[in-house]
Amino acid sequence: MSQASQTSPTAATLAAAPVAIECRAITKEFVNGDMVTPVLHGVDLELPAGEMGFLVGPSGCGKTTLISIIAGILTPTSGEVTVFGRDIQHLSAGQKTRFRRENVGFIFQQYNLLPALSAVENAAIPLIAAGRPYREATAAAAELLSRLDMGDHLKKQPRQLSGGQQQRVAVARALVHQPKLVVCDEPTAALDAHTGHRVLELLRAIAISPDRAVIVVTHDNRIFEFADRIAHMDDGRILDIERNGHQRNSGASAATQAATTRHGGSHHV
Amino acid sequence: MNRIALQMLLGDRAKYLGLIFGIMFATLLISQQTSIFVGILVRTAGQILDVYEADIWVMDPRVKFFEEIEPLPDTAVSRVRGVPGVKWGVPFFRGQVVARSTDGMLQQIMLLGIDDATLTGAPRKMIMGNLDDLRRPDSVIMDRDGFNFIWPDEEMKLGKVIELNDRRAEIVGFCETTPPFVTTPVVYSRYSNAMKYVPPRSKQLSYVLVKASDGQTPEELCKKITAQTGFAAYTWRQWAWKTVGYILARTGIPINFGITIALGFIVGSAIAGQTFYLFVVENLKQYGALKAIGVSNGRILLMVLLQALVVGVIGYSLGIGLAAMFFEFTGKNVPALRGFFLPWEVAAGAFVAIMTIVLLVSVFSVRKVLVVDPAIVFRG
Repeated sequence: MSQASQTSPTAATLAAAPVAIECRAITKEFVNGDMVTPVLHGVDLELPAGEMGFLVGPSGCGKTTLISIIAGILTPTSGEVTVFGRDIQHLSAGQKTRFRRENVGFIFQQYNLLPALSAVENAAIPLIAAGRPYREATAAAAELLSRLDMGDHLKKQPRQLSGGQQQRVAVARALVHQPKLVVCDEPTAALDAHTGHRVLELLRAIAISPDRAVIVVTHDNRIFEFADRIAHMDDGRILDIERNGHQRNSGASAATQAATTRHGGSHHV
Repeated sequence: MNRIALQMLLGDRAKYLGLIFGIMFATLLISQQTSIFVGILVRTAGQILDVYEADIWVMDPRVKFFEEIEPLPDTAVSRVRGVPGVKWGVPFFRGQVVARSTDGMLQQIMLLGIDDATLTGAPRKMIMGNLDDLRRPDSVIMDRDGFNFIWPDEEMKLGKVIELNDRRAEIVGFCETTPPFVTTPVVYSRYSNAMKYVPPRSKQLSYVLVKASDGQTPEELCKKITAQTGFAAYTWRQWAWKTVGYILARTGIPINFGITIALGFIVGSAIAGQTFYLFVVENLKQYGALKAIGVSNGRILLMVLLQALVVGVIGYSLGIGLAAMFFEFTGKNVPALRGFFLPWEVAAGAFVAIMTIVLLVSVFSVRKVLVVDPAIVFRG
């Protein structure tokens, strides 16, 4: 992740790999009657493919608004957003919906699993929404859940699962359709440290590959070690970007490497 | 996604049953109250509708509704029969008499006197005895409820004797009739016999019942009769509506029942609407998550509409079933409510009303989801 500003190198110089996310001069204002609330003030951001980037900062600094724009849920007031080469702010509402369905996976703070559905049905939703037959979609979801050590809980409803298990279902739901971009909003906020680490390990192992990327909004500094880059935000601006020293590879070893490079390889841009 | 929509609906049993109950109650309230109102209106014209043989009712021009009688002279029958286009014309009497019995209750009855020769205007359905026995001296036919009113604890049997205006009348048959507006026994007698049961007056004839000749429309014949005799003449349908209209215009029934029905509709709508609205709003976060994942607005709308359709149809079916059971039970077991029923028009109207309410509420409540708010999607 890089920030283009007068005091930092350009994004292009930092991004050796293909670019997953590219934001240029993003501003966002919320208008409520006569009241205009500016939330983002010219954000420049770049995340190479194959990396996991974190957005951190105090509540209300604009993190969620920024990932909403990146994910194609909100439209910026001005600026340009490109996700894997696709200019998304100029897509129609229907095109954005389709873009999200095909290219984006979501992990929410409160999981947002549908309580009436079983674990495997929850994980299969993106495939069902894309028109895959129910049986086929649940089979694919079951296979992924098994990789996440959830093979014994496929038929259980969310209320029958622990917080960590529910988040693993959410991870499966975010990944089952093999999206290019995974957007995580406080994925460990409701989890203890051990479970949070486990979720991030799984996410790195499955979601990170040379043509995919993960962006995480978090307050949880216990998981910073998993980030390739950490962008610090405040008051609608990116203040600086920290870079961890991970090797860009996938698999569980990445988490181990992350632990070894913790505090050692980061630097401000 | 339809399967997911249904699972969302059925997954929370308490909410699901609450929805069904709310819509069922609304349906019951709307259909039951409206049916009672319709039943009262039908009752006001019940004795007109029971006379199925005649096309036209002829009466004094000052008569405004069925139970208000201004007698005609006996010669009216002959005058009406003389109008071209009249196939036949017969006398018909309607009056109020007190019935007494040595072993039963005192009871005001509606006495109907029908043509001696043809028995035109006789009850359609006999449940005991023979209609032809009405030709015997002092014989009458009584409706089932009449017997139960006068002899509440006895089994129905022929040969019971009552006094009508101090004259003997033997019950030779029992029949089914449409209950009158005020639930009183209905007693049929031959016209000549009926004249013995009422105090003598110079004019006794209530109506002349007329059949139009082939090729003669009743409406045209009514005009001819009025033009030629000076009497008022209405087709049975016109006369029934005129009677209903009088009751509506001159009593507080339509206002009071209209208020009751409106309240029933409002309360029912509020229950059905609010219940479903709360269901959708409580699921907003889930819809928001689906929306973020990439489920389109149209698909979410269809999901909500499918849920509304399912609970609407199930709730309506239970509610209308309960309403039908209510009328089935009261019609057989509560004499004062006999004749009230659930018209198919009311059932259909209630269906349209309930489905409209539920679908409108579902569209109204899903608006929040259709305009995605990232706060809902990410924070709830």
